[in-house]
Amino acid sequence: MKSTRRSFIQKTALFSGAFCLGFDWFQANGKEVSMVQTTMESGRFNAFLAIDPSGKIILYSPNPEIGQGIKTAFPVVVAEELDVDWKDVEVRQANLDTQNFERQLTGGSGALKHSWERLRKAGATARKMFVQAAAQTWNVDASTCKTSKGFVLGPKGQKASYGSLVAIASKLPVPTEVTYKNRKDYQIIGKRTKGVDNQSVVTGKPVFGLDIEKPGMVIAQIIRPPFGATLKSFDAADALKMPGIVDVVSFKNKVAIVGKSTWEVMKARGTVSCKYNSGDFDSDSTHQKWFDEGMKTDKATVQRKDGDFAAALARSAKVVEATYECPFISHSPMEPMNFFADVRADGTVLLAGPTQVPQSAQKAVASLLKIDEKKVEVELSKMGGGFGRRLNNDFALDAAELSSIIKKPVKVMWTREDDMGGGIYRPAARYHFKAGLDASGNMIAFYLRGVGINAGNATRQDNFPVGAIENVLVESVNQVSAVTTGPWRAPITNFLGYAEQAFLDEVAEAGGKDPVQMRLDWLARAKSNPVGKITYEPDRFIEVIKQAAEKSNWKKKPGIYQGFSVYFSHLSYVAQVADAQMVDGKAKITHVTAVTDCGEVVNLSGAENQIKGAIIDGMGHALFAKLRFNDGVASPTNFNGYRLIKGNEIPTINAYFVDNGIEPTGLGEPALPPTGGSIANALYAATKKRLYKQPFEV
Amino acid sequence: MSIQLTVNKKKMSLDIDPNTPLLWALRDHMSLKGTKYGCGIAQCGACTVWVNGEATRSCVLPISAVANADITTIEGLSDHGDHPVQVAWDELDVPQCGYCQAGQIMTAASLLKKKPNPSKTEIVDGMSGNICRCGTYHRIQEAVKLASEIASKKKTKSTVKKSA
Ligand code: FES
Ligand code: FES
Repeated sequence: MKSTRRSFIQKTALFSGAFCLGFDWFQANGKEVSMVQTTMESGRFNAFLAIDPSGKIILYSPNPEIGQGIKTAFPVVVAEELDVDWKDVEVRQANLDTQNFERQLTGGSGALKHSWERLRKAGATARKMFVQAAAQTWNVDASTCKTSKGFVLGPKGQKASYGSLVAIASKLPVPTEVTYKNRKDYQIIGKRTKGVDNQSVVTGKPVFGLDIEKPGMVIAQIIRPPFGATLKSFDAADALKMPGIVDVVSFKNKVAIVGKSTWEVMKARGTVSCKYNSGDFDSDSTHQKWFDEGMKTDKATVQRKDGDFAAALARSAKVVEATYECPFISHSPMEPMNFFADVRADGTVLLAGPTQVPQSAQKAVASLLKIDEKKVEVELSKMGGGFGRRLNNDFALDAAELSSIIKKPVKVMWTREDDMGGGIYRPAARYHFKAGLDASGNMIAFYLRGVGINAGNATRQDNFPVGAIENVLVESVNQVSAVTTGPWRAPITNFLGYAEQAFLDEVAEAGGKDPVQMRLDWLARAKSNPVGKITYEPDRFIEVIKQAAEKSNWKKKPGIYQGFSVYFSHLSYVAQVADAQMVDGKAKITHVTAVTDCGEVVNLSGAENQIKGAIIDGMGHALFAKLRFNDGVASPTNFNGYRLIKGNEIPTINAYFVDNGIEPTGLGEPALPPTGGSIANALYAATKKRLYKQPFEV
Repeated sequence: MSIQLTVNKKKMSLDIDPNTPLLWALRDHMSLKGTKYGCGIAQCGACTVWVNGEATRSCVLPISAVANADITTIEGLSDHGDHPVQVAWDELDVPQCGYCQAGQIMTAASLLKKKPNPSKTEIVDGMSGNICRCGTYHRIQEAVKLASEIASKKKTKSTVKKSA
């Protein structure tokens, strides 16, 4: 189990004499935060704030960091309310610790939204205790004291550092009522705070999963079967004779080559041959057939129905119809999948590596090995990107199963080819839209059918403009395949957002309307008299649209072709205007204006990074990315065939944030869904050619 | 047969398969994990190190080809993490996940050695062989510019010192 005697002693030693406050960043119900004076061994809490007598402030970050900046953003909020100087704060990554922490995960852009109140309360509570400690010492009323940068200031010019008050503060009862700072007094929130891991990154410290090294560890690579295939036999005779090779074993249709070093394993792997059963495995043509069938079937699932779509379409003056399609794509984080596992003879297990969901890794491995979860310890590493791929713990299960077979600590390392060919993709999907317009060009009927392959519900039935249109029908069909899929940054909406926003551009054109004004008119309707339930706030939508139009000089730039899109996802709103120009006879996206409403911006530097990164990500994948399938095998499987966007292919981007002080919402994903749409619409403005398929460039 | 080379100013002697790519020799046999694996086929730049001062992709370079060569990795770029490129990278908060950045930094530092005052186009072209999946390209380009400014200020300072 995790709290071994040794780690217990280390922890108490580390914090003896310090002021420690355990708090729950993720408490499941409501916004009440229970806080306890604690040492590491007591209480269930989610994070840890410790101030030692020297004034050093340590914050434990429980969340896996994948590049979304959470390890910086969370402590910023605590430090703000605690009222300390950011340079005095040290942030440490906590390992998975279900004894002391709860709900350690990264995904869904939900962390800040979920934790905002809790983080503030943690900081404000500790601050209040230091004020009380000082007031007690100076024999003054606490209300006459103020704080500044880690000091309590008394009414007569007294001054005491938090560090000097640790002994007294740590004996005070934890207050239940606290007041928060006024946002105009913020010193850190909303400013630019640099990533807390920058130093280790720029000096090449071994902080990533692939860098993990443990005593007695061997290295393994795994050959995986084509999707749907069964391993009949394999021949590893040559491999076993090669230097450094420890073992070649097979489990669950996979063959693992185990050796002492990466290169020896790679070389030996090339000599292993595998035989699979033959069968009717997925190919591109299979997927096309499934799309066709899914579009025709009368067994689609109705996801939303408002009014009477068919009748409204029948009386429409004009009908617009279009079909959009996207392929499977790979997440391709820069650090390929990898994981370390040590299944020991004494029945305990150590897992270590990059996962967005350590607790489910613990659970899954415990159930695979049929042991108690408490016997599985998980160490977190920094992640070289995830984009959703590390929500699936297949890599951790492989490592644990292999370790249990070879009875050795092992790091399973995926080559780029394994990573790209090994599954868990963004599902492929096809969307068919129909719009019925009345004589004055207003949309009175809207229809969408989404057919996805292993996509679940490929639609998002409540997406705007639903709620502003009288007659709506949204349906989905899911086709089941052996090709594995999973969430990919902004699941479903990463492509649906593009399809919807591009289709609405067609609707505007057919109705003779300006794409911006058309949306504003719909939002006025959704606000005053919504059709059915709406999940978005029309006013926040309107604001980002208006600001984007203004900041981009919408349709007022001679020689520039513009495309508009706006999207609501993960509770944030992003409006975009893409500018295209003709360069050497070819339309090129040269600039993107993005206006985001994600509530309070906690770290401006990190926020800008997320917006620009998501736009570049969205653009790159819209332009270039595609996996093909032949007989259950994906291709291409490396960056020579699977093109990622590069530094000389990006537009300039201006990222603006609506300053409204509302509780912060998601930021890792929301700027991606509108991107394909804004650029497709700009490219249409320039070329008069609609783009119906991703990737745009084939 | 052992292969001699100098890595971050230290003399090394390795007794490994001469076909082992320098990347894996560094990571597995010299415990220098700062140099990253991204593709293994010279497409992404994550594995960039300097060989005799030249930015080189270590994933496709057999160790036998660098016998007696002088290698610099991210760990050896500066003694205290204060090379102008490292300072600029932190200052402009370039990293997101950070995985590609060692390769980016080694490429940028080599570019600035050749062109201490690169133009915008030279920066974009010089850096565009390195992939960043997180899309930190704008800041990478700005940070190369900033690094060149930091370096030129440092130079002026030290010349002033010397002449004083
Ligand atoms: S790992 Fe060498 S270029 Fe990608
Ligand atoms: S910072 Fe993540 S790949 Fe570049």
